Amino acid sequence: MTLLQLHDVHAYYGNIHALKGITIDVDQGEIVTLIGSNGAGKTTTLRTISGLMHPRSGAILLNGARIDATQPHDVTRLGIVQSPEGRRVFSRMTVLENLEMGAFVHGKADPNDLNRVFDLFPRLKERESQKAGTLSGGEQQMLAMGRALMGKPQILLLDEPSMGLSPILVEGIFSIIQEINAQGTTVLLVEQNALMALTVANRGYVLQTGEIVLSDTAENLRKDESVRKAYLGE
Amino acid sequence: MLLVLLAIGLIYGAYDRPELFAQYIIIGVANGALIALIALGYTLVYGIVELINFAHGEVFMMGAYFALTVVATTGVTTEKGWLILAAAAILALLGSMVFSSAINWGIDRVAYRRLRHAPRLAPLICAIGFSFILQQMAVYWKGGNPLSPPALIPSEYRAYNILQEWFGLETRIRIRPLDLAVVLITIPLLILLQWFIQRTRTGKAMRATAQDRDAAALMGIDVNRAISIAFIVGGALAGAAGMIAVYYINSARPGMGFRYGLYAFTAAVVGGIGNLNGAVIGGFIIGIAWSLSDGFLKTYPGGHFSWWGAQWTPALIFGLLVVTMVFRPSGILGETTAEKV
Ligand SMILES: Nc1ncnc2c1ncn2[C@@H]1O[C@H](COP(=O)(O)OP(=O)(O)OP(=O)(O)O)[C@@H](O)[C@H]1O
Ligand SMILES: [Mg+2]
Repeated sequence: MTLLQLHDVHAYYGNIHALKGITIDVDQGEIVTLIGSNGAGKTTTLRTISGLMHPRSGAILLNGARIDATQPHDVTRLGIVQSPEGRRVFSRMTVLENLEMGAFVHGKADPNDLNRVFDLFPRLKERESQKAGTLSGGEQQMLAMGRALMGKPQILLLDEPSMGLSPILVEGIFSIIQEINAQGTTVLLVEQNALMALTVANRGYVLQTGEIVLSDTAENLRKDESVRKAYLGE
Repeated sequence: MLLVLLAIGLIYGAYDRPELFAQYIIIGVANGALIALIALGYTLVYGIVELINFAHGEVFMMGAYFALTVVATTGVTTEKGWLILAAAAILALLGSMVFSSAINWGIDRVAYRRLRHAPRLAPLICAIGFSFILQQMAVYWKGGNPLSPPALIPSEYRAYNILQEWFGLETRIRIRPLDLAVVLITIPLLILLQWFIQRTRTGKAMRATAQDRDAAALMGIDVNRAISIAFIVGGALAGAAGMIAVYYINSARPGMGFRYGLYAFTAAVVGGIGNLNGAVIGGFIIGIAWSLSDGFLKTYPGGHFSWWGAQWTPALIFGLLVVTMVFRPSGILGETTAEKV
């Protein structure tokens, strides 16, 4: 069943035509990845889905209902939760407060969700009352993902969760993404690290200067000549 | 340099005439409480939308007028029992808080919100415009001349000295019921604000919005609502300050928001704009500086400052502003890691 659909979405920054007719489907239970080089429009795609910006034309549907004119806080309420590029944790709040903010739409933080996040990221438990701004980059990434999970997403949007992390942490983050998915959350994953992304994802889309140039199963993309050249550094 | 000289003079003066000094400190604290309440409004709004709301002084002024109107409408006189007088005062306080917050909310809703993505200068100019609009509305509403509020404190209590009457102290330092009332209204408001911002869900949503608006929206926080609440809370504090001011200085006039507004803005910057505790500290610093400058400085040391008078107060206060900007642009508490809004 298709959970999230983007149909011929065009988006602009002023006069800059950033998305030129993006069509993406994400099915219930999948991990779908969106890869592409710098400036391709990956972040813009996620911002548009989340309602931080609105498409000039085209449609975005969640479970068949239009959400392209919906305000960002309502998009979150509907179950599309994003962990944004650059983590964007609330640096002057504690780790726990950040997680509570993640559960904002549900009123109070659900203790089960909290335990789940602490199970996935034991480090966060140790740093519970530390200010988020004093966490290391990797810990902030864990917090950003944990915070998004507190919103009980139907679909989790992750914007470059591996950015700036050491190879070991990258491995860890990707296995956690798989774990989150196995627990029932659909994931739309934006990555520069195409190899890792295509390893964990079911399907992938390749974005180039605002257009989808390829879409296939992750396995096929991994084998694709042009993808190997452009994104897997071969 | 001048400030250092002043400080030396003050210390000497405090040593030489402690009672007089203490008296001006008391006045300064009451004044400072008032300024702190207004400064909080600047800092709350700045913290969340990075806008210096230049109309804020006028929001305070409107609160003063509304308080006066409420008391006049109830028709209470000082012959009534103290319970009725207290009820009228509380009614006026709550009334002016609601009134000022409605104005502040309205300005944001009508104007600033539309300019959220405009260049910074646009809402700033708009704020200056509103400051004039509100002043002219006050002139139209109540006339341009100063008005005195209907008395709420019976005349025999106006010069009543709490230190003597309650504690039997033989001292020339005087704390009047009015001074006490100012502090008794301010402190609970400050505590309430702290609780609201630090502990409640809405307060946390405001802090999150202040720190990162987009990230807050992604958490499901209605950012516009959080901003509206900042304007409402800031307006309510300004309204309370208006009520206090109209009784503390025993008059209201359409231009009163200008001076208080500027001083409170200075207090917010000195304390570290965007930082709530900073606004309170800044408020007390400015309030005390104001009081000492108006009355105490000219007396000491040894007559060298006899030329000093209230006409120099703005120079002193803006001197503090300049010194802050030069030596500590982020204000006393305005470090990058400090707890903002
Ligand atoms: N705020 C903005 N104003 C104007 N142009 C923007 C803005 N943000 C992004 N763009 C432009 O839109 C295009 C797509 O940017 P986007 O951030 O979506 O790329 P990306 O694929 O996420 O890149 P990266 O991998 O570097 O994060 C780029 O050409 C970028 O310059
Ligand atoms: Mg990006």
